[in-house]
Amino acid sequence: MLFTSYEFLAFIAIAFVIYYIVPKKYQWKVLLGFSYIFYALSGVKYIAYILATTISTYIVSRRIDAKYEEQSAYLAANKGKIDRTARKEYKASIKKVTWRWLVGCLVFNFGILAVIKYADFTITNFSSILHTFGANPEFGLFRFALPLGISFYTFQTMGYIIDVYRGKYKAEKNFGKVALFVSFFPQLIQGPISRFDDLAQTMFREHAYDAKQVSYGLQRIMWGYFKKVVVADRLLVAVKTLYSDASVYTGAYVLVGMILYAGQLYGDFTGGIDITIGIAEVFGIKVKENFLQPYFSKNIVEYWNRWHISLGSWFKEYLFYPISVCQPMLKLSKNSRKRFGDAVGKRIPVYIATIVVWFITGFWHGAAWNFIVWGLMNCLVILVSEELKPLYEKFHAKFPAVKPKWWYRFFCIMRTFLLMSCLRSFDCYRDVPLTFRMWGEMFTRFNPSIFVDGSLLQIGLTSSDYVVVAVAVLLFILVSNLQLIGKGNVRDQIATKPPVVRYMIYYGLFLAIIIFGAYGIGYDSSQFIYNQF
Amino acid sequence: MKKKVIRYSLVAVFVGVTLFLLQRLLMPKYVDDVVEGSLISEYYNETTDHDVLFVGDCEVYENFSPIKLWQDYGVTSYIRGSAQQLIWQSYYLLEDALRYEKPKVVVFNVLSMKYDEPQKEAYNRMSLDGMRWSKSKIDAINASMCEGESFISYVFPLLRYHSRWSELNANDVKYMFSSKQISHNGYYMRVDTKAAENVPTGKALSNYQFGDNSYKYLDKMVKLCKDNDIQLVLIKAPSLYPYWYQQWDEQMKSYAERNDVQYINFLDCTKEAGIDFNKDTYDGGLHMNLDGAEKLTNYFGKWLTDKYDLKDHRNEEEYKSVYEEKIKFYEDMKLDQYNELKEYGKVVSY
Amino acid sequence: MDELLEILQELHSDVDFEECDTLIDDKILDSFDIVTLISEINSEFDVAIPAEEIIPENFNSAKALWSLIERLEDEE
Repeated sequence: MLFTSYEFLAFIAIAFVIYYIVPKKYQWKVLLGFSYIFYALSGVKYIAYILATTISTYIVSRRIDAKYEEQSAYLAANKGKIDRTARKEYKASIKKVTWRWLVGCLVFNFGILAVIKYADFTITNFSSILHTFGANPEFGLFRFALPLGISFYTFQTMGYIIDVYRGKYKAEKNFGKVALFVSFFPQLIQGPISRFDDLAQTMFREHAYDAKQVSYGLQRIMWGYFKKVVVADRLLVAVKTLYSDASVYTGAYVLVGMILYAGQLYGDFTGGIDITIGIAEVFGIKVKENFLQPYFSKNIVEYWNRWHISLGSWFKEYLFYPISVCQPMLKLSKNSRKRFGDAVGKRIPVYIATIVVWFITGFWHGAAWNFIVWGLMNCLVILVSEELKPLYEKFHAKFPAVKPKWWYRFFCIMRTFLLMSCLRSFDCYRDVPLTFRMWGEMFTRFNPSIFVDGSLLQIGLTSSDYVVVAVAVLLFILVSNLQLIGKGNVRDQIATKPPVVRYMIYYGLFLAIIIFGAYGIGYDSSQFIYNQF
Repeated sequence: MKKKVIRYSLVAVFVGVTLFLLQRLLMPKYVDDVVEGSLISEYYNETTDHDVLFVGDCEVYENFSPIKLWQDYGVTSYIRGSAQQLIWQSYYLLEDALRYEKPKVVVFNVLSMKYDEPQKEAYNRMSLDGMRWSKSKIDAINASMCEGESFISYVFPLLRYHSRWSELNANDVKYMFSSKQISHNGYYMRVDTKAAENVPTGKALSNYQFGDNSYKYLDKMVKLCKDNDIQLVLIKAPSLYPYWYQQWDEQMKSYAERNDVQYINFLDCTKEAGIDFNKDTYDGGLHMNLDGAEKLTNYFGKWLTDKYDLKDHRNEEEYKSVYEEKIKFYEDMKLDQYNELKEYGKVVSY
Repeated sequence: MDELLEILQELHSDVDFEECDTLIDDKILDSFDIVTLISEINSEFDVAIPAEEIIPENFNSAKALWSLIERLEDEE
């Protein structure tokens, strides 16, 4: 079920009504029920996968917790009786057991994800390697269908189990609650990857109907639909066209494609997250923000702190830090310092961890070389700009007047936006070599005439479509600016307006979605061309 | 509390009214192009009832003229035709018409037997949007929806036509609440001529058997007519194209025999009716022009009045004034079209 | 403590580490700084800060970081 289907709207409406009429202590159970119905609607057999993850995580988290309880009981009972070494040894023995449980759980769950998502990719690459060595074996592919949201819920759940292992919080005793945390339906389509301690604060509480909260949630949902339906779905056609035939859409078209795709992705992804957060809000549940005006970033590191935040922080917390500060890495760093000097030794943990993280981030996005190379290119840009930092600092020390200037800020934002748009074209082109080639052709095939000769009206967008998109983009910029300046909620700012103005804003947004949305079967009078009947 | 209720009701009324106005504005008016889209709803403007009701696709609404039938025989009739009307749509349109009147004879053109499943969303719209709400309309929609269509967009056509905002014109405002009369009791008039030349013969098909779904609705239609004491006449209009296969003809013949209904294939009697495909068609043999339609109507009217006990209403006051007006509209349009033909060499505004 | 301040000062010469207690919250230290810091601390004090200790409370100020180091030294 897509966010943009009438069925989905009906689904949330029904869930909403039932949620607020049942006794409050059953509210989270209603959500659990609806989440599983939602899951079943995507294919009943997929429930097996999400259940496997839920059950395995539940069991392991409880085991780990039990071990830690055993530990504190033992330590309390033997307080003063055993010395530090004995205590340390005992703790280590406990950690060893919990570590095994954790690893088992991670291997099992990431294993499912790996097999389903990556088996065919591995097989294909493996056979092509064999092929280059002259062997010609025939391997069948599995062609698994991806269970809904598997990348999201697996990461979310594994974050939970790692937190329990780290003792950040206690394991949830109620299986149903764990199941809801894993399967919470608004998050299944586009994420975000929430943390248990964030979500649990509001998810399992009893929620009285709160008109303001519901109204805020609905506004957020509408805003999401506006982004998705009016902008993203409108641009989709053009993006598809521009990336369909690289031999035709070359030169300046490459740039146009990148920018339109940036708009489409922004509308689709941030809009989807707005819908998710809005639905959760309607249920009184707080889901953390996943985007903070990402296209206003002044450099790529900042961009990744503002775009798809939940994924970035997951990788940082559960992969980047563990790799970069683990004992072997520290040892390696220490030894390198001795052998190659401080400058090298200092960089080793950062470099290795960054490369690994970006390789896996790329792979997480999809089982294709495009995504892996995309990840590594991001990594490259990040490391290069890290190395260039001293240079920038020198520059700014010499010309201190430049940094605070608006045009410098604007330059930085544009630079980051274009760079990210450029990298993102890996998403769209068929393969890696083609992407690189098109980057080149963007400069070598000179055809700026397309901007004036009407060519841009031939890619699936009419001039009125461009007007709609332009107005919407201005609105995005305005709202993002309000969010930045007001350091908060635009909805709060609207709420202070007189009722007539307020309602006009809500209703205007609603009408804009209804009328300017690119949904349904488009009216095209040429469809009615009267042929033989 | 009371204040709140008033406020919310005011908001609700405002929202309802504006949405309704927007919907009226954005729905296609079918007045200057694809005028066929307005045929279905014009039926509800009728003030007198009809002895003969036609249902079917363009082969009825372009080939028979109820006004001529009135002029020659005093028989009242109406054509509930629409472009690419599928058989279930014909059935439900008949069901719908029976809510308002009970004709003596129903004529159904069997070309649509060849379509066993929904075809094209755009044509669905032209056949269904104009229907008034009833169980028949709901059933018709459910039977007709193509992939990607949703029922709700028939309930709120705004959801279907919202993207017309960029092509609105003056007529969308002018005809927001009214419509321009297009047809003559469902007949779509054309006076121009384009001779039928090189009409392609049908390519061999792998399967000539009409589909189960088509037969299901034909059965339903037969039953509906029997239950209401209506004589059902199946016809195949004399359009040269789309090709009407011998095998199809045989199926219809035997069906008619089995079910004790009439079946006329007008392709077999064009000579008797006096139709000349060099002169009597406006699009090379697909549809009749006014001359052809009038000839065919005269021929069919004789058959109908011979066969069935159809009253000549020409001297009844109730009908007289109504049909005088209809004839005037008919003659005016005829004249106007001939003038355009003379002036521009083609019919431009119809 | 002085050695720690020295390490920090080397990372960001423009920050007053003795006073500042929002190093993480205000994004003064990014993840690269933190990793560099941990590896410096490891080579200077021979204390390994594990990943699960990388939380804002431990890194927001030099003082907090120092007490983390002391605690970990104590556990060694």
